[in-house]
Amino acid sequence: MTQVVEAPIEVVEPVQDDARDLDRPWVVIVWNDPINLMSYVALVFRKLFGYSEAHATKLMLQVHEEGKAVVSSGTREKAELDVSRLHHHGLWATLRQD
Amino acid sequence: MTRRGISRAHDGSIRVELGPEERLLLASLPLQVEAALESGDPSLRRLFPPAHPDDEAAEEEYRLLVGAGLLDGRRAALQALERTAHADRLAPDELGSWLDALETLRLVLGTQLEVTEETSLAPIDPDDPEAPRLALYHWLSWLQEDVVHALAASLR
Repeated sequence: MTQVVEAPIEVVEPVQDDARDLDRPWVVIVWNDPINLMSYVALVFRKLFGYSEAHATKLMLQVHEEGKAVVSSGTREKAELDVSRLHHHGLWATLRQD
Repeated sequence: MTRRGISRAHDGSIRVELGPEERLLLASLPLQVEAALESGDPSLRRLFPPAHPDDEAAEEEYRLLVGAGLLDGRRAALQALERTAHADRLAPDELGSWLDALETLRLVLGTQLEVTEETSLAPIDPDDPEAPRLALYHWLSWLQEDVVHALAASLR
């Protein structure tokens, strides 16, 4: 009889910190400003992100009352694209890694 | 009698009811801003906000990538408003240009006037040397609000 000896498996441990850094999403923040109309900001959220009227209004009110709101997130490329679309519409948007 | 401003007719078309002096303003304002678009004037800063306020290198890269497109978009909308300022009816894409152009005009004028959130609520002091331009700002706000409502109705 022979016995099957399991070969030891070498596990390459991922470098945790780097992996987390790459995985952390980027968020798009819209800041309150005194010029843009509230109705306009809600319309832009609906048009660009396809949000419902209720969700767009909720985000707009958060910007208005709290000074800012996260309106979308994703990879850095997606977040930067979203920021540029918001800039095309005159909104004060920035991105940062969450 | 139809209401003044911009409204969506029953057949879905966009009706514009404005006086001749208002039309003249709408036709002439875009040129004034367009001429200044590439001047780097501080009143234009709201047209080109930073994407990466805390990362100079990333911001520079973003500017290179996006800056020219932002400028072209602003210019195209201003030219479309200038072209269609006297129209009684607007196609949907023309109404979109009105929205973008009015946004540009309000961002520039609002920055020049240093408006705050209270500005839109406060009555205009006739002795204020900026009274005429404040009145213009309020009028542009009213018109943009009308355009927003006409466009929002089409999203439903």
